[in-house]
Amino acid sequence: MEYLRPVIFGLVALFAAIAANWGHDLAYSVHAFLVMVIAAGMLVWSVGRIGEPAPVHDEAQYLDGPIRYGVIATAFWGIAGFLVGTFIAFQLAFPELNFDWSEGYANFGRLRPLHTSAVIFAFGGNALIATSFYVVQRTSGARLWGGNAAWFVFWGYQLFIVLAATGYLLGATQSKEYAEPEWYVDLWLTAVWLVYLAVYLGTLIKRRERHIYVANWFFLAFIVTVAMLHVVNNISIPVSILGSKSVQVFAGVQDAMVQWWYGHNAVGFFLTAGFLGMMYYFVPKQAGRPVYSYKLSIIHFWALIFLYIWAGPHHLHYTALPDWAATLGMVFSVMLWMPSWGGMINGLMTLEGAWDKIRTDPIIRMFVASLAFYGMSTFEGPMMSIRAVNSLSHYTDWTIGHVHSGALGWNGLITFGCLYFLTPKLWGRERMHSMAAINWHFWLATIGIVLYAASMWVTGIMEGLMWREVDANGFLVNSFADTVAAKFPMYVVRGLGGVLYLSGALLMAWNVWMTIRAPQARPVQDLVPAE
Amino acid sequence: MDLYSILREFADSWMLLALTLFFAGVFAWAWRPGSRPLHDDAARAIFRDHLGDTPEGRQ
Repeated sequence: MEYLRPVIFGLVALFAAIAANWGHDLAYSVHAFLVMVIAAGMLVWSVGRIGEPAPVHDEAQYLDGPIRYGVIATAFWGIAGFLVGTFIAFQLAFPELNFDWSEGYANFGRLRPLHTSAVIFAFGGNALIATSFYVVQRTSGARLWGGNAAWFVFWGYQLFIVLAATGYLLGATQSKEYAEPEWYVDLWLTAVWLVYLAVYLGTLIKRRERHIYVANWFFLAFIVTVAMLHVVNNISIPVSILGSKSVQVFAGVQDAMVQWWYGHNAVGFFLTAGFLGMMYYFVPKQAGRPVYSYKLSIIHFWALIFLYIWAGPHHLHYTALPDWAATLGMVFSVMLWMPSWGGMINGLMTLEGAWDKIRTDPIIRMFVASLAFYGMSTFEGPMMSIRAVNSLSHYTDWTIGHVHSGALGWNGLITFGCLYFLTPKLWGRERMHSMAAINWHFWLATIGIVLYAASMWVTGIMEGLMWREVDANGFLVNSFADTVAAKFPMYVVRGLGGVLYLSGALLMAWNVWMTIRAPQARPVQDLVPAE
Repeated sequence: MDLYSILREFADSWMLLALTLFFAGVFAWAWRPGSRPLHDDAARAIFRDHLGDTPEGRQ
């Protein structure tokens, strides 16, 4: 095996070199070159490993290496994604920031998918992989299954991120929102994801705990459903094996329906179910009390996954999609309000009898604010899915504001809380380097979200009303450019909100760094819950 | 009948019934008599690591 490995890496590097030379477009050639460099590096590494003892996997210890890397990757990609997001917010306010010299690479159209993928898949995805590996080991009492497979999941996922991000800048996109990467990147992600599923299931199967804790149900639903969504939405035929362009198999309204079935369930299972898995472990753990109602958590789980999968058609009101399908999506979206708030109540009420911790523990405060934003955005979402409301809100910045109150508030804050929980534990420190900095991070992030969401509500509703305003003769009053001009002040406020949110994340990165390099290392030991 | 109509009829009848019964069954199962001690125990399982943060620490 150790002689086979260099041969495989050598062949991969050779074929990648040929592909880089013969590639039909720039993105494909750059990606092939990247793969060649990585495979050549792995070749050198694997030759150096010949004769070395194989890594030992001690079943009496948890495998925390990929989780440590995951914590750092989450912080890194988070800052990268927030930075791009803040920049494109200012590009919208000040179009001069679409520089002439970067046209075709770093204009708004190229950077926008870079921002969405960086925050959802790079920041959120790394947070999900790291926390799910942490939680499944602790709740199963078992080391991760599959030896080094968890390392493959981590590094394979980073390669996916790099291929996706560079592809966007160089123009390789299949133009499906949140599913922009082209066919070979999709295939690679499928391989990584199936290994992720295998590691997760393998660990659950060899668990010592009889019951599978509810957080694992949510993580598993997230992994399985994302695999299904990703494969179905990315069914496409490459134009050439040596080019990045591919053609979708579905066409017209079927393609739109599949895309938004994918798109909304990316929200439902990636950004909701997976993060609820975090919530069900880290909130009770940090509060030192069991979850408010375990029965409610079971009902929450089944209701959420039963209803979410049908909600996608609400993205296609007033389109070629049949009315019955759009109505179905709308009705299920409204019903979804109940399990969403059931979950929020379950998380918040976990603090019953320990409400003082909101005042004394900034990490708990982050979790509570995160759940509050979850509740707000899962109330706003069903409301916006109603056809009459949607006729006002669709295509306006209200949608952007809604998405960000969920993403910055719910996903962002709960991830920050988890990173503050995990960093001291994973590096054997007693606590974070600075509790005051966590407090500052909380306020910077919260005020940033409020500025963002409030300005987008104002500009979104204004824009919707201006678009539909008609005079006494039935003519439209405003041109599109009129709404753009009227939105300017709100765009500046939104950008400032982004600056605050980004500053909070930078403070977190400093805090995590200082905690890791703190000189006084202690043996890794969980604190005993105070009961 | 064409495939679409066959699938559509199945989805609107038996599949709908099966999914609804499963959904109602989950509620009944969660609230079944005698489940409270099991659920209380499951909720506390995450705190069974006081012997150390290792697989053996969970005994």
